[in-house]
Amino acid sequence: MADSGARLLVADDNKVNRLLLGRSLEVLGHRVAMAENGRVALEMLRRESFDLLLLDMEMPEMSGFQVLEQMVADRQLRDLPVIVTSSLEGVAHVARCIELGADDYLPKPVNPVLLRARINSSLEKKRLRDQQKELVRRFATSEVADDLQRSGFALGGKRIHGTVMFCDIRGFTSITEQQTPEETIELLNTFYTLMFDAITGAGGVVNQMVGDGLMSIFGAPLPLADACGSAVRAAREMIELIEMLNVERQVGGRMPLQIGIGIATGDMIAGYTGTHSRATYTCIGDAVNLAARLEAHTKQAGRAILIDGDTAAGLNGALTLEPLGGVQLKGKAAAVEVFAVSA
Amino acid sequence: MTAATIDPAIFAELKDTAGVDFVSELVATFADEEAPQMLAELRDALAVGSAERFRRAAHSLKSNAMTFGALPLGELARSLELGGLPADDAPLMALEAAYADAAAALRELVRG
Repeated sequence: MADSGARLLVADDNKVNRLLLGRSLEVLGHRVAMAENGRVALEMLRRESFDLLLLDMEMPEMSGFQVLEQMVADRQLRDLPVIVTSSLEGVAHVARCIELGADDYLPKPVNPVLLRARINSSLEKKRLRDQQKELVRRFATSEVADDLQRSGFALGGKRIHGTVMFCDIRGFTSITEQQTPEETIELLNTFYTLMFDAITGAGGVVNQMVGDGLMSIFGAPLPLADACGSAVRAAREMIELIEMLNVERQVGGRMPLQIGIGIATGDMIAGYTGTHSRATYTCIGDAVNLAARLEAHTKQAGRAILIDGDTAAGLNGALTLEPLGGVQLKGKAAAVEVFAVSA
Repeated sequence: MTAATIDPAIFAELKDTAGVDFVSELVATFADEEAPQMLAELRDALAVGSAERFRRAAHSLKSNAMTFGALPLGELARSLELGGLPADDAPLMALEAAYADAAAALRELVRG
């Protein structure tokens, strides 16, 4: 079974409340764990990973207030969204929960429509927070972090030598036509998770996700010793991961996925483009266009991974490549040497 | 002149949300396990003069009564939660009677 929904923890000492809340959340498609008091809840939060906590206030051993206090003081738990569910009388209690960092307050008995709306909103906030943290973490390592700290980020870029990869799902439209939008979102999430894993594992940075495709850079913002080799390694792992996913999909009677990957190497300008309030880290240069064209050409070529001559040269014979000769690509005046990498 | 023992709209919504079978189990959990313990806890807390235990038990009972739509029981429990330790057990007798009505009505509803 694929993981769908979020993983939630319900902390309530009252068994009827706990069972009912758990049931309501499962009906909404989430996975639920339960704790019968604050101490148990805190232990579970520190041991396992959850997306959201639904917290009762009045509990033996450790109250909801104490749980909130401990969470604020804990770096690992500080950002976990908490929805307080309580039938405590008085608005002062609500205010205290919010002061202690609870995202929201749902009076008991919990209204199912409100429950759904608040959970979705809290999970969305968490997703955005996680994304932000991830971006900062990804871009803010070593010299980039130092640079960011010293100067903030500056629009404009610097000249680098790097490798660019484009990847997308072939025939995505026909896949979306054969399944529900929910299944498509889940498929995209799985796809991105796998691709991110392969790319970042090889030292690359995913800098754009558009629809069913993504662009990634090897060699910026941090220099990479073997950008060509890393990109090709990532590409082969991506194909391998998709094949593993396809085994699962075939068991479930679903269409297999196919992806195309184009890789090119060269000089480019890497940096932030956009405005000061909304910017993206990207690369601009011939190699970027070439990688995109190569990715598009995988369909005609009938190969999953295509690379340009500079990337091929950068591999220094580490892999056996299949030369496809000079190919006339859209937007290119001269024919380009193209090589296929076997997966 | 008095409210229904179980508010039909609240109970119907509960069944819609959680499913009929689940609500049957939930009623059983409440009436067979949880509520008798809460009532015993109230008696015990009154006997030893623990206002805090008394308030907590009343709070729990109120919460569950409201969930099932047992509004008269919920209201009585709420008045005990907010009222402090009573002078004698007369309010508990009234609460136990309201509970017996609510439990019987709930069992009837899940049987039907």
